[in-house]
Amino acid sequence: MPGWDWGAFQRYLFNRFLLEGVWTTVWLSVVVMALGLLVGLLAALMNLSRHPALRTPARFYLWLIRGTPLLIQLIIIYTGLPQVGIRFNVIQSALIGMTLNEGAYLSEIIRAGILSVPKGQYDAARALGMTYPVLMRVVVMPQAARVIIPPLGNNFNGLLKTTSLVSVISMEELLRRSQMLIQLEFRVLEIFLVAALYYLTLTTLWGIAQRRLEAHFGRSVAAAPEGLEPGRALTAAGKPMRAGAAADRSLLEQDLR
Amino acid sequence: MANPGHTQPIVELVDVHKYFGAHHVLRGIDLRVQQGEVVVIVGPSGSGKSTMLRCINHLERIQRGRILVAGHLVGYRESGDRLVELSDAEVARHRRDVGMVFQQFNLFPHMTALDNIAAAPIHVLRVPSAEARTQAVRLLELVGLPEKAEAYPAQLSGGQQQRVAIARALAMNPKVMLFDEPTSALDPEMITEVLDVMLALSRQGSTMLVVTHEMGFARAAADRIVFMDQGRLVEEAPPDRFFGNPQNERTRQFLSKILH
Repeated sequence: MPGWDWGAFQRYLFNRFLLEGVWTTVWLSVVVMALGLLVGLLAALMNLSRHPALRTPARFYLWLIRGTPLLIQLIIIYTGLPQVGIRFNVIQSALIGMTLNEGAYLSEIIRAGILSVPKGQYDAARALGMTYPVLMRVVVMPQAARVIIPPLGNNFNGLLKTTSLVSVISMEELLRRSQMLIQLEFRVLEIFLVAALYYLTLTTLWGIAQRRLEAHFGRSVAAAPEGLEPGRALTAAGKPMRAGAAADRSLLEQDLR
Repeated sequence: MANPGHTQPIVELVDVHKYFGAHHVLRGIDLRVQQGEVVVIVGPSGSGKSTMLRCINHLERIQRGRILVAGHLVGYRESGDRLVELSDAEVARHRRDVGMVFQQFNLFPHMTALDNIAAAPIHVLRVPSAEARTQAVRLLELVGLPEKAEAYPAQLSGGQQQRVAIARALAMNPKVMLFDEPTSALDPEMITEVLDVMLALSRQGSTMLVVTHEMGFARAAADRIVFMDQGRLVEEAPPDRFFGNPQNERTRQFLSKILH
């Protein structure tokens, strides 16, 4: 049994194979966040609509996605759907699965943000002759952004780590690459500590960026009213982190066998 | 719809009824406001004054009757003898003719005073930004706040915010201005600065409908005062007659409560 190897740890720290995995994790997170915001905005607006024809599908989507584990959604999309002739490659499956999932959670945050804008703002915008799209873009969303951005930042932090789930459909992001490297070199502790360190670096850098963003959107307006950030709690409680962690472990055991 | 031979009223309400659920808020309102007229609406709270104003630019739907601004139905089109609500874009187009000032100002908190005023011309009328901002500067001067262009609403007093809100409504060059209790949320020492701006507007020939409890303003600026009670227009008279010789018993009771 080999003990802890500092030399190996330092080598893995700048391992090209792992760094490529980091890059995949980053771009996947950014793309999923961007697409998720579009899906989330659409779902939030539909959910807030007066018309049941818009509201009902949005609520069904949220109920379905938030009620099932992301891991199962990913496996269904990548491994299950080909059974009925619908085929997506790894990247497509990862993007579809993660975007649908992220969009559902973001939609609730965006909805809370929109609801935080007082009714008088709508009255004023309408009285000035603004149509719904204009008043949303010019008046409501900029104000909602102040409420949305803090929980949104937390969601992105979560997303950076949740992307590890796509390793289950063999997308070679950081976790998958780490597992592959372990299969070759059997340095479990060194390699996973390096991987953990990378995740920590990403979330730390994001934390700094997030503070800047919040400062930017907080300007010109007095401190945000309290109790307007249900998205924060929802994200922390709602994400299938536990299921993910368990899955990672079982995968790891499989790969090492 | 046009009525040749007669002066077309800027605002015309014909038998307007409005319900909030089972609550019958407006019970058959008939009112005509001519170009350049200042009509002050008074009455006890809950009498439907604000609701009536909000119906004029279709912030509230009506259940019966007609509301016309400059000869055009607001928010609806006629289909046989029924009213059909128009699309969002068409209602928005109608609202351009009607400026509104709210009790709570409702300035956009994320924009400077200047941007508050320039926003609708830029985003609704598609006026070039530079032009809209030049006009906004002029309007800020008109309401006596040229030095506050770059201030955010949170940095302004209530009276200043309301004056910016008036400038914001004027920026759309509306045919009529609606004032919904514009001084009710203000500290007493700020009421005059807002009323002075409104008085100046009335002297420049603006058409105005004003819901207010400020009887001094009503006396000074109104061409007509309308007394509203329980969803009906009870009495309508020029200020002298309204205050000097009110005809209706309920008007007299109301006046005796607020004038001492």
